[in-house]
Amino acid sequence: MSTLSMNLAQFAPALPEIFVLVMVSLILIIDAAVDDSKRYLSYVLSLLTLAGAAFLTARDLSSMPVLTLGGLFIDDPLSDVLKLFLYLTVAVVLVYSRDYLRERGLYKGEFFVLALFALLGMMVMVSASHFLTLYLGLELLSLSLYAMVALQRDSSVATEAAMKYFVLGALASGMLLYGMSMVYGVTGSLALGDMAIALQDGTDMRIPLVFGVVFIVAGLAFKLGAVPFHMWVPDVYHGAPTAVTLFIGSAPKIAAFAFVVRILGQGLESQVIEWRDMLVILAVLSMAVGNIAAIAQTNLKRMLAYSTISHMGFMLLGILAGSQNGYGSAMFYVLVYALMSLGSFGMILLLSRAGFEADKLDDFKGLNQRSPWLAFLMLLLMFSMAGVPPTVGFYAKLAVLQAVVEIGYVWLAIAAVLFSLVGAFYYLRIVKLMYFDTPHDTTPITNSPDARIIMSANGLAILALGIVPQPLMAVCMHAIDASF
Amino acid sequence: MTYMTAIFYFFAAILVFAGLRVITARNPVHAALFLVLAFFTAAGLWMMLEAEFLAITLVLVYVGAVMVLFLFVVMMLDINLDKLREGFWDYLPLAGFVSVLLMIEMALILGSRHFGLAVMSTPVPHPAGYSNTKELGRLLYTDYVYAFELAAVILLVAIVAAIALTLRRRKDSKYIDPAEQVKVKRNDRLRIVKMQAVKKQTEHKPEAGETGA
Repeated sequence: MSTLSMNLAQFAPALPEIFVLVMVSLILIIDAAVDDSKRYLSYVLSLLTLAGAAFLTARDLSSMPVLTLGGLFIDDPLSDVLKLFLYLTVAVVLVYSRDYLRERGLYKGEFFVLALFALLGMMVMVSASHFLTLYLGLELLSLSLYAMVALQRDSSVATEAAMKYFVLGALASGMLLYGMSMVYGVTGSLALGDMAIALQDGTDMRIPLVFGVVFIVAGLAFKLGAVPFHMWVPDVYHGAPTAVTLFIGSAPKIAAFAFVVRILGQGLESQVIEWRDMLVILAVLSMAVGNIAAIAQTNLKRMLAYSTISHMGFMLLGILAGSQNGYGSAMFYVLVYALMSLGSFGMILLLSRAGFEADKLDDFKGLNQRSPWLAFLMLLLMFSMAGVPPTVGFYAKLAVLQAVVEIGYVWLAIAAVLFSLVGAFYYLRIVKLMYFDTPHDTTPITNSPDARIIMSANGLAILALGIVPQPLMAVCMHAIDASF
Repeated sequence: MTYMTAIFYFFAAILVFAGLRVITARNPVHAALFLVLAFFTAAGLWMMLEAEFLAITLVLVYVGAVMVLFLFVVMMLDINLDKLREGFWDYLPLAGFVSVLLMIEMALILGSRHFGLAVMSTPVPHPAGYSNTKELGRLLYTDYVYAFELAAVILLVAIVAAIALTLRRRKDSKYIDPAEQVKVKRNDRLRIVKMQAVKKQTEHKPEAGETGA
């Protein structure tokens, strides 16, 4: 049969994915053979994998979309940019987590292997152009995350969090699949491109289509953690080991953005009228519940979980604009959010030590006296989360709001600003605790120098990007323009 | 009613009955056996849809392997069903309401108005020499090879996760590594203690209990 002869060239765009998969398998084998004293091998190899994948992705940056592997895989500027940021995020996560994991007996090959598998899932999601690959990538990511949350086996909180995450995640996957099957029934195709063409001139099966879109949006909202599908977020963020929380809170958000934009923006682009209103409700509720519930928290991980909910609501504002500008600003927002999330969860990791988690708000009391530099970095991070200029958080919020105003939803922009004001309270409370309260814990803070350097770079990047946001914004806008 | 339609309704009736019995049977072994029946009947329905490969796989894999394993597990675990059923009647009204609502909603959308023969074209039966298996294999290893490999990776993740979450070194295990055992030195087992020589007791008084022996 002639079709059986496969063209190897069509695998070339997927080279980074193939490389990561091969390296994970290698690490899996090597890790099984070495004893605990040589565990750093897995760590170093994981970082090398990320560097290698970054090299492969950067080597052939595509200037226009290339569809390959039977239409399952797309290589476009959007996927290239997002992948590079994914590598960076995962690498920073690994550096921050190393000491924390070692002190808690979690410094095992499984952590690195699962993290890289999750990365592979995210890469698949980012460059998927087909419902099949979108779903498979999502499952690969989710399964790895469930296991990572439960990795601390003797902790009942972690096990409970993993159980909740697993059950609700499976429910969300089911809803997503159901919605996808309805859309497939209407359009007769699983490929996003064909779907968009089939829906271009409208369809006479409007009801099943809307029904499918509702289920897809609900499934996406579950995965993003948008209200009213947010119940799992605080419990999982709180219960998981902080290193895993850091992972869940950063890189998967970037992949989730790609996931939403690919389905809604590329596949169901013509149905923007249908999903815009749903996203408006999700966004407003997320910003309201996220910001208000965060005030009542005493645990920093829980507080940041609610803050994630509100940030995801903010990001949805950009997507619901349904314009190039909207997608571009949402992409900018999610990249900046990943950076802020890395910094703030990373700070918890840096302040923790064996037997001490540093995840209470009170643990940040008087940080300025214990370590002025870390306190200053945390101040930058919190200002950025609250959206205070000149940090980049301000600019990210501004760009999203501009996109919302462009489509005439001025009231939505005003509501978003009001909820951000509410949010500023609890971010600034941390600043107050750090600078104006006396510490009740005077143990010296010790970190490995590499984690400290990366943290400094992370915090200063927030400031630098806030002063000069144009290059990153231009990259985002270019990626969106060239891919849509 | 043609012969094929009659068979379809026959199989469908058995399938629905078996499905209901899976959730209502009191004995878990019976429930598992009804699940086997449900799988088998579903395989028959797939056969009628010209999905021979899927039908045979369902019987071989699910009935032949998964369900047998399942039965073993059910027999090994001591499940107290009455405890599991606690609160069944309390939740029934709400659960029943939700499921009826779901069914109505699905009927509204999935009914013949949108997906009936009037809207969708009738599938054309394949010619006699058509091989379902060959076609599936061709698609899986060419057009969908990327998705196929990803599914394999997901299975690999499942293996890694299952081992990472459950493998424990048992503290009470009596297992001894033979290699370690062979390498044992005298000093590991035997401790020579230097003691002062003690003078032997001169007389031995038999005690009350010892005389009886």
